[in-house]
Amino acid sequence: MSQQTSPIFGNLDWSVTPYTDLLRDVNSSTIVGAGAASVLVLGALFGIVLLTWMRWWGPLYRNWLTSADAKKIGIMYIALALVMLARGIIEGFVMRAHQATALGTLAQQESGLVAPDHFAQLFSTHGTIMIFFVAMPLLIGLINFVLPQQLGARDMAFPVLNQVSLGLTAVGAALVMISLLIGKFGTGGWTMYPPYTGLDFSPGEGVDYWLWAILISGMGSTLTGMNFAVTIFKSRAPGMHFMRMPLFCWTSLCVAIMLIYAMPALTVSSAMLALDRYADFHFFTNDAGGNMMNYANIFWMFGHPEVYILILPAFGVFSEISSTYSGKRLYGYTSLVIASMSIAVISFTVWLHHFFTMGQSAGVNIAFGIATMIIGIPTGVKIYDWMATMWRGRIRVTAPIVYLTGFFLLFVIGGLSGIILANPSIDYQVHNSTFLVAHFHNVIIPGVLYGMLAGIHYWFPKAFGFRLSERWGRRTAFLFVGGFVFTFMPLYVLGLMGMPRRSPTFQNPDFMPWMYIAAFGGVLMLCALASLAWTFWTSYRNRDALAVPGGDPWNGSTLEWSTPAPVPEWTFPRIPHVTARDDWGECKRAGDPWRAPDEYRDIEMPANTAHGLLIAGASFGLGFAMVWHIWWLAVLSFLAIPAIVALRAMRVIEPRIVKAAEVELADRRFRQQVASFAPATRADEETERNRGVPDLSEFAG
Amino acid sequence: MGTGSKFWIKLGAIGLFACLGATSAMASSTLQQSFLQPMGPVAEEQFSHLLRVVGITMIVILPVLVGVPLILWRYRYTKPRGDYTPEWEFSKKLEYALWGVPVLVVIVLASWLWYSTAKLDPYKTLGPEPLQVQAVGLDWKWLFIYPEEGVATVGELAVPVGRPVEITLTTDTVMQSFLIAPLAGQIYAMPGMTTKLNFSATRAGAAEGENTQFNGSGFGRQKFTVRALAPSDFAVWVAEGARGPTLDERSYATLRRQSVLADARTDLGLEKSAEPIMMTLGQEDAFQQIIAKYHGPGGASSDGRWGGTGLPQAGMAGADK
Repeated sequence: MSQQTSPIFGNLDWSVTPYTDLLRDVNSSTIVGAGAASVLVLGALFGIVLLTWMRWWGPLYRNWLTSADAKKIGIMYIALALVMLARGIIEGFVMRAHQATALGTLAQQESGLVAPDHFAQLFSTHGTIMIFFVAMPLLIGLINFVLPQQLGARDMAFPVLNQVSLGLTAVGAALVMISLLIGKFGTGGWTMYPPYTGLDFSPGEGVDYWLWAILISGMGSTLTGMNFAVTIFKSRAPGMHFMRMPLFCWTSLCVAIMLIYAMPALTVSSAMLALDRYADFHFFTNDAGGNMMNYANIFWMFGHPEVYILILPAFGVFSEISSTYSGKRLYGYTSLVIASMSIAVISFTVWLHHFFTMGQSAGVNIAFGIATMIIGIPTGVKIYDWMATMWRGRIRVTAPIVYLTGFFLLFVIGGLSGIILANPSIDYQVHNSTFLVAHFHNVIIPGVLYGMLAGIHYWFPKAFGFRLSERWGRRTAFLFVGGFVFTFMPLYVLGLMGMPRRSPTFQNPDFMPWMYIAAFGGVLMLCALASLAWTFWTSYRNRDALAVPGGDPWNGSTLEWSTPAPVPEWTFPRIPHVTARDDWGECKRAGDPWRAPDEYRDIEMPANTAHGLLIAGASFGLGFAMVWHIWWLAVLSFLAIPAIVALRAMRVIEPRIVKAAEVELADRRFRQQVASFAPATRADEETERNRGVPDLSEFAG
Repeated sequence: MGTGSKFWIKLGAIGLFACLGATSAMASSTLQQSFLQPMGPVAEEQFSHLLRVVGITMIVILPVLVGVPLILWRYRYTKPRGDYTPEWEFSKKLEYALWGVPVLVVIVLASWLWYSTAKLDPYKTLGPEPLQVQAVGLDWKWLFIYPEEGVATVGELAVPVGRPVEITLTTDTVMQSFLIAPLAGQIYAMPGMTTKLNFSATRAGAAEGENTQFNGSGFGRQKFTVRALAPSDFAVWVAEGARGPTLDERSYATLRRQSVLADARTDLGLEKSAEPIMMTLGQEDAFQQIIAKYHGPGGASSDGRWGGTGLPQAGMAGADK
């Protein structure tokens, strides 16, 4: 970094790339750094060449980037998440490889695959990416895709705002990505506790990359929460009472409410830290009246609800698949609704358990410890309810059920370690240790990741018209289960042995066997990632054999299975009148569910717009300029955002009208197709005979 | 599901229990680093509370670990055994059990939580006249001051067996977390503020203490040795401290630099090794002076006294990094 800030380029100069470090000193750490930057550059180049070669720029722009269709926005969220997931898993593997080579002594310089500072960047980006740019876009994407279809709505309440939210999330991810090539990332972990991340102790661009990624994407998530909530409150199909909504809609509602109340706390703590760093405020500094405890307090007011924001949509998915693949009604619907809403509320009352060790009185710790245990009750009830759903069912062991099984068996162990950590007296010992690392991975991987991957597998045919390979889906699921067990069970042991988290080196040789097991687990995780990619690829190649144009491959009972696969832009030819919980299932019981509507009408859909792209472009300019102190660009970008909004507000925006004739043509073709297919029994579910038209005689749930 | 998948399930289960079971059979290294081998009453109680919690929680966990494989096996589509009740969706009796059992378990757990948290409050002294030690977290080492004995050390904490100890903690850099696992749990230490940790050792031995809150490149080497000594040995140890260099404002400023213990020794002109540094306490209120730096009027006002308040300068030996 240059000493003086240039008026044009800010703090940017040619020395900020990892290649400079590599030229200065060739070692494993700088090679890994330069290698990662090269993968980013080559990946981007490959993408550009591919798009140009295939002439995909136009379709990409017209059909995707400017689309305001919630289903497409959902798919883009998930695509973004999967790209970031690849980086996150690879980083996790590099960290495991580093620690397997990091045994040292107190007298010697740290050794191992990467340097301590590089290691610290790795755990910081890994955590930031996995929480904000994998888990969040996965669940927001899945909700975007599924929620309107399950509610019987055509789109989100605010389709263009939805586009803006996606744009802001992508900008955050882009800022984290670009830090691989330009400059460094912060080293304070995903929580970025000051004063370590204050200007005194972390000068330079690293913490700023995190701050702007979080501030910008956090704004997007807040807007998403509002969008979901209004959609659920105002856009349900006629007759879709609250107590008729599928469980996934209920958990989406919980998520929406929690996003609205939790995300602002993160924005506030990050904004205060930014003021400390940019404007010499003293909110969290060591001196001048600053107090770092306020940061931890505000951050975790967001942070704890956040983990339930992550897990609840997965709980929604598990509710859907446990019922569908068991051929049975969901057990204890009302119980599950009450449990979900209780979790959403109680999750706001436990945040202090993230810092039992900060020195407050025992009484405060006791209160928050007990609150933490109470949240385990509804969570436990949900697990028992799903077991009761499968009990006396007829369970098809598809890929989602493998994920669900992995979730059952592993999540309860995560629950056990959670109950352990809820005891302040034990937390004093294992806080900040790898026991804690094992715990939160144990709830987030089997919970969120398995849930989201199960959901993707379940709804994939609805999005693209063909099923994913069950064989490869199951293999991937087994690899993720095995990878988890081998990577994180050793970390429980290491934590009990006294190993702190985030250790760039350690001196106890007894740790080594566990490190090797964990590194092997890291290899399995890489295999799982490859297997996931292969699942998509091989399924795409066999898409004709896997095609399910009938749209109901799993013999489901919720509204989204009544439409063709892939689902048309307008979703429903006529908005359905809902008469029961699991309305599609009721139609099947009544016989002839595929009856065509009496008449077709014109359908209004939101018109395509580049609004989200423009806002995202300006936000990226703002974030990047602030990170590198390019003040002119920052001011310009900052002013551009209200200008873009104002310009759109001054124009008359016409919706796109889909003509009744067009809808009728497509819908009649769909219904003829359904009539022409031989219904597939559940035994044939995984074979080519499954064309998305199930055997109704089997439908009883 | 083929035989391959069953193999994976088995393998996973074996790995899981092997990992959890092996914790008790850990080989012990020279320095004890785990509360599973307690050296005093606090860690002992923490260990037994851990076992208690695991035991009680099993009541709600075992049904899942046993029930899920059973349900999958018995009701699998390909070869089902039991009844099929697709319309069944509610049972009042079952509902009472599903909510009731976890509630009862949490009531029991919460009572134990209350008891053990109150008992192990780190601020509560473990007996009359505890040994007073002041600890200062630096980048990347710990300074211990024994105001009554007139000695100070870097990287070593000695305590007499049988006498309660009360450590008052602060840092002179970023936030840190102070842990001696075999003796007591951790507590944060923050600049300009103090926290307390009370414990006592019931048997002689050596343990490793550490900072668990990441604070930069030297974090992995910010360890210190804890010696629980017989009272007579402790007196010898204190006398030895009186022969070391003096801890005063100047030597403190050197110690405050960003360096691990081995490099700090070089900075002080001592032989380079990871051995602790024994010092004579030159000024009795050193600890108070260090805290007071952060409370002057008008911000960073310590005028550089006691090493100042900002980012510690890089240690000499570490400067070549």
